[in-house]
Amino acid sequence: MSSISVRRLQKELREINKDCPQGIKLVKADDFETWYLTLEVLGESLYKGETFMLKFRFDAQYPISSPSVTFVADDKHQPPLHSHVYSNGHICANILGDGWSPVLSVSAVCISLQSMLASSRKKERPEGNDRYVQYAPDDPKKSRFVYEGMHLILDFQELYFADLTPYTVHFLDDRIWEVS
Amino acid sequence: MSSDYEFSDDDNEYYDGMDMDDDEDVEEQDDDSGISEEEMDIELARGGLTSAGKRKACEVDFDTVTQDAVEALIRRDVEHISSIFGVSEDVASLLLRHMEWNKERLIEKYMDTPTEISVKAGVTVTPPRPPSPPPSGRLASIRSKSSALVAKRTTRRSAAESASRSKVVTEPLVQPETTICQICFDDEQSEMNALSCGHKFCVDCWAAFIRGKIREEGEINIRCMASECSLIAPDSFIRTVLSGDDDTIKRHQELIVRHYVSCNKNLKFCPYPGCTYTVSCPSAASKSALTTIVPTVHCGASENHIFCFGCSIDADHRPVICPVAKLWLKKCQDDSETANWIKSNTKECSKCQSTIEKNGGCNHMTCKKCKYEFCWVCMGPWSEHGTSWYNCNRYDESSGVEARDAQARSRASLERYLHYYNRWANHEQSAKLSVDLYAKTEKKMEEMQITSNLTWIEVQFAKKAVDEVFKCRMTLKWTYAMAYYLEKGNQKELFEDNQRDLERAVEDLSELLESPIEAENIPKLRQQITDKTVYVHKRNEIMLEDTAQGFLEGRWKWNVDVEGF
Ligand SMILES: [Zn+2]
Ligand SMILES: [Zn+2]
Ligand SMILES: [Zn+2]
Ligand SMILES: [Zn+2]
Ligand SMILES: [Zn+2]
Ligand SMILES: [Zn+2]
Repeated sequence: MSSISVRRLQKELREINKDCPQGIKLVKADDFETWYLTLEVLGESLYKGETFMLKFRFDAQYPISSPSVTFVADDKHQPPLHSHVYSNGHICANILGDGWSPVLSVSAVCISLQSMLASSRKKERPEGNDRYVQYAPDDPKKSRFVYEGMHLILDFQELYFADLTPYTVHFLDDRIWEVS
Repeated sequence: MSSDYEFSDDDNEYYDGMDMDDDEDVEEQDDDSGISEEEMDIELARGGLTSAGKRKACEVDFDTVTQDAVEALIRRDVEHISSIFGVSEDVASLLLRHMEWNKERLIEKYMDTPTEISVKAGVTVTPPRPPSPPPSGRLASIRSKSSALVAKRTTRRSAAESASRSKVVTEPLVQPETTICQICFDDEQSEMNALSCGHKFCVDCWAAFIRGKIREEGEINIRCMASECSLIAPDSFIRTVLSGDDDTIKRHQELIVRHYVSCNKNLKFCPYPGCTYTVSCPSAASKSALTTIVPTVHCGASENHIFCFGCSIDADHRPVICPVAKLWLKKCQDDSETANWIKSNTKECSKCQSTIEKNGGCNHMTCKKCKYEFCWVCMGPWSEHGTSWYNCNRYDESSGVEARDAQARSRASLERYLHYYNRWANHEQSAKLSVDLYAKTEKKMEEMQITSNLTWIEVQFAKKAVDEVFKCRMTLKWTYAMAYYLEKGNQKELFEDNQRDLERAVEDLSELLESPIEAENIPKLRQQITDKTVYVHKRNEIMLEDTAQGFLEGRWKWNVDVEGF
């Protein structure tokens, strides 16, 4: 890990420990790669009384590159029911992608997610949640949005647009030929 | 068979090898009267001209443009804008990029609302605004970058606003008076830099940020690192910050060239990996042009950098036009029909029922188990194929007419589709297997050099034959897509006659290429392959040229609506 990301995270850690934003708690920060924080929405909101777990992953380029941020989805934790949060915990938010700025920080992200939930009017999953969850990469930063009708066509295009190189085809069913 | 059709050889003549008076025909010659390899090279290399010396209808006019030349075009536009607006070249470039290099529209807009356009282009910050505290950097920013979800953006705006209200709760990461870079907090960093907005950061952070945007994300417009700032780093700033990293500067320049090319309908960037050439093809710039020409072009870097100027469906989908190729591919991609494709890639031997896979380019199959020889395409015995080959390329449409009730009709339409699909996929698969054929041929070429006293140069004919087979299979593949959409009638029959002649010649050549090598038959085999290669090449030209001519004459009628693309 580069010294910049470590120095920067050390500073953020000191500040969070000294003065953590309301409704946010640092749960686990054993290293400078993965942090866990809990998040509550303050005041009146659809999420009153609920606590969510956030997982931050940092690469060596942090904060030049954005952290990878997801809501934890396991036996104990459920991601909030919100139109920008997929059931696997991936969050569709500009500041985590295009809108990321290196001057933003872990607590800035938490505050902004808090506000995102606070302003929600309806508890619902994003459109196309099931399909997204089915095809989403583990790291939401690698997500390219899943467009309508993408499923099988992908294999097909790989097959037909492939260069004249040896190729392998695993097509639906392994009765089918395989060339490698 | 149409005997009056100038390019068609009559079937029987073909097989008897009697049609020697026609100089287009080079079939079945004796060894000593066969054509020489030099003659073959001349035939194969005749390029864009027909034997009569006129420009081929199946080839479009295009020019190749180097990256330097595109950069010169860009410089010309930038200098022009810079001089008439009285702005720096940095600013002119940002303005042009914002307006997608449309100079006329830029001039018009700039005359109207210079401030608005400058703000949108990231040249200046939003003007009169009371001196606000330096960027807090805490807020979720709303970038103007077009986002697919407008609703999302509005939600986030309110999120940002409420976030700004809760800002007081936490300590600010950014202290206005500090000289420490607010990104890395490295107190050893002394050299700070800022765009005209004054958001200062250390040069190392700037460099890391800009390098990432260019190399990882392929961005040409790199915004200020402060979170609410929409200023874009001008080229001179990028060059200063990245000084020494020529690779990244070069990459940025390349991205600008690509952007310029993508904004110009007459230009297309060569899609081959690592290639920096551009092709200019104004005759294929409009959608309507694509209903009568197939703009297959190649860039100046290599004759092999072939691509379609009109679409990205296939590098060379001649003879079929882009909209029909697209229609066909879409049909093939339909899930319900995918399953049928799978069916077509494994078959059962019609004698012993064991499952067989196609594993060579040739359609002549021999069952491993019972040694039954048959045709992969029609599954008929191979022995009958000397005379009845044409049963293989033409689907008997009359069988569809008999279908009366809806169910039978849908079955007939599926069968009709499968007929074309199987042949289309078969050529695709065979072409892919050319890799194997190449390897096998190379081995044979070595063998030939050892067993006969042919030189390395003298065995090259085999490689050329494989090249030709591959090229023709690509043509054949797309002829089936075209035939599927061609309206029944004389014209379609003529098309299918050409198709059959080419197909038969290609299969013959494939067969020859796979025949065993024996020392005593090498000279004969060499002559046969050379002759057949030239013949196949000619048949391919005829197929392409006649189809292209037909487009120009409006001879082809479709059974679907092709105008609406
Ligand atoms: Zn810095
Ligand atoms: Zn700025
Ligand atoms: Zn190229
Ligand atoms: Zn095309
Ligand atoms: Zn068998
Ligand atoms: Zn057959």
